[in-house]
Amino acid sequence: MEDLLIKIEKRNDVPTTLYFFTPFIAIILTIIGGGIIFYTLGFNPIEALKFYFITPISNLYGFSELLLKATPLCLIAIGLSFCFKSNNWNIGAEGQLTFGAIVGGGVALLFYNQEGFYILPLIIIAGAIGGMIFALIPAILKTYFNTNEILVSLMLVYVSKLILDYLVVGPWSNPEGFNFPETRQFSDSARMPLLFEGLRIHAGIFIALAAVFVSWFVLYKTYLGFQIKVSGLSLKTAKYAGFKGKTMILIVFMISGACAGMAGVGEITGPIGQLHRMISPDYGFTAIIVAFLGRLNPFGIIFASLVVSLTYLGAETTQIFLQIPQYTGQVFQGMILFFLLASDYLLFFKIKFQNFNKNELRH
Amino acid sequence: MSLDISFIGVLIGSIMASSVPLILAASGELITERSGVLNLGVEGMMIIGAISGFALMVITDNLFIAIIGSMLSGVIISLIFGFLTQSLLTNHVATGLALTIFGIGLSAMLGKNFVGIPGKDFPILFSSLRESIPFFGPILFGHSIVLYFAFALPFLTNYFLKKTKLGLVVRAVGDSPVSASNQGINVILVRYCCILYGGGMCGLAGAYLSLIYTPQWIENMTAGRGWIALALVVFATWSPIKVLIGAIIFGGISILQLHMQAVGFRIPVQFLIALPYLMTIIVLVVISRDSRKIKLNTPTSLGRIFYKEK
Repeated sequence: MEDLLIKIEKRNDVPTTLYFFTPFIAIILTIIGGGIIFYTLGFNPIEALKFYFITPISNLYGFSELLLKATPLCLIAIGLSFCFKSNNWNIGAEGQLTFGAIVGGGVALLFYNQEGFYILPLIIIAGAIGGMIFALIPAILKTYFNTNEILVSLMLVYVSKLILDYLVVGPWSNPEGFNFPETRQFSDSARMPLLFEGLRIHAGIFIALAAVFVSWFVLYKTYLGFQIKVSGLSLKTAKYAGFKGKTMILIVFMISGACAGMAGVGEITGPIGQLHRMISPDYGFTAIIVAFLGRLNPFGIIFASLVVSLTYLGAETTQIFLQIPQYTGQVFQGMILFFLLASDYLLFFKIKFQNFNKNELRH
Repeated sequence: MSLDISFIGVLIGSIMASSVPLILAASGELITERSGVLNLGVEGMMIIGAISGFALMVITDNLFIAIIGSMLSGVIISLIFGFLTQSLLTNHVATGLALTIFGIGLSAMLGKNFVGIPGKDFPILFSSLRESIPFFGPILFGHSIVLYFAFALPFLTNYFLKKTKLGLVVRAVGDSPVSASNQGINVILVRYCCILYGGGMCGLAGAYLSLIYTPQWIENMTAGRGWIALALVVFATWSPIKVLIGAIIFGGISILQLHMQAVGFRIPVQFLIALPYLMTIIVLVVISRDSRKIKLNTPTSLGRIFYKEK
């Protein structure tokens, strides 16, 4: 009599190949899970999945849209990777994005009737500073008052969205805008240059790519990056080594806030061109998934941002072709994170399948 | 604004009604957090409860089944969270976020065919007394049974945590899972139960919205109430009675801003809506800087993964 025994053992060290391989398992499981959901809703799963994952990027315009949506996701996730690597749970990137867009947008509105090469850089810097300031609130409260950064950064998301709402309805609303909740259109000098005629992909993608390389350099080639990683692995070790823990918390939050702020600026000076209520389809929250899926690795994040960006596009196409609400994107995003977290179990535990003979146990 | 006595009575009644989903969700989350588990999926579980309750009402035409079904759906969706965090030892924050994102998406998909269907009148209790007693009538009577349950829940929760043996077990698991485990308590099982209970209450909170408060299905209709409920638990420093007080304050602000909008009050509405969030941050700062206060009620092992070598 043969019987299968499953034995679970704790691993001593995590194999690197498996560490970067599990995200692919998560993506495959997500696609299967999505197929099952489409099937239960009464659609042909293969056809629905084709509409979801293939149709959106089957032409040049779709590919440009993929990069357009991946840009803010990648930029924010790069910033978040600094926080997450050092065990700081900044989940309010959406708020930092919004506040960055407010400050950057404010500068853009100052120059609404002017042209000049200096305007766009000013807006980008202003946006980065805005995001940085907003991220400093949970960081300072955490370092000096021992306050939980998860809850503070989350609460501030709502505060920033309400500030934006107040501004676009009230003092900053377009005087010629018939009371629509939106500001004036920004001047041409305040807009991100488009890369190709007729496509929406803009120069903001270079900011995201620059962030990838800078973050790779800082995290893997500098002393600061070393400190960040060590304090993420063990706070006690970091303290023992004499790293300034408080300063580091402030630094990682500032980096992350600046990235989110610039992502916000990229949206309003790129595809949107003004401030209104809906400047981001929750990029700040989705970027958390991107950061995890990319394993907090700069190049992994590029790949992850493209995958997650596709879930946004797929949701749009399935809405058009199958009349499924656009929120499908969130089902896929949630599933990716679920499966990714679940597959992490394989990293820390070895599952052994053993065949053994029952008779051997008897005596 | 007419400030006569009967108007204030009606106003208080409507504040109570608006605080019900917050009380239910926050009381459920409080038990979960007291067992040491931080579930950020409240919003997702609420919205799943809202759509399942509404869908079941439309399909079965039975409000009782709808209410029970919404709680069950909350339990089922929280089982995903429980399985991941307790059995597969995943990070609480990331898993909870995934649950919220997933829940909002899934509810919209499931609710596709239920948009625009009118809801059904939910039976209210003592409706004759509501009209006949001037000030106290609209406050005390003419509510749904869920409201009365919600207002009793914080007291029941308080009793459970402080006076019963099971409540002690929950607190022990949240404060020191290792010692609890050494005492022979099955930490994982207790945490599973608390997560599922929290899910059930969040499901009910969602159903209150889609069946009673605004009887219809709208995509994303919980509109951030789940996050407020999460904030509320911290605001209340993990004390059930303070959850009740906080929910009334937060509910009051949302009703008040509607009335202030109506009379053209000068303070920007957005500032009033932001108040609960700002107040939560301030309360967090105040309780966190005083280590004695935070030790009093905060589950010491909140959000930490517990793993027992077998």
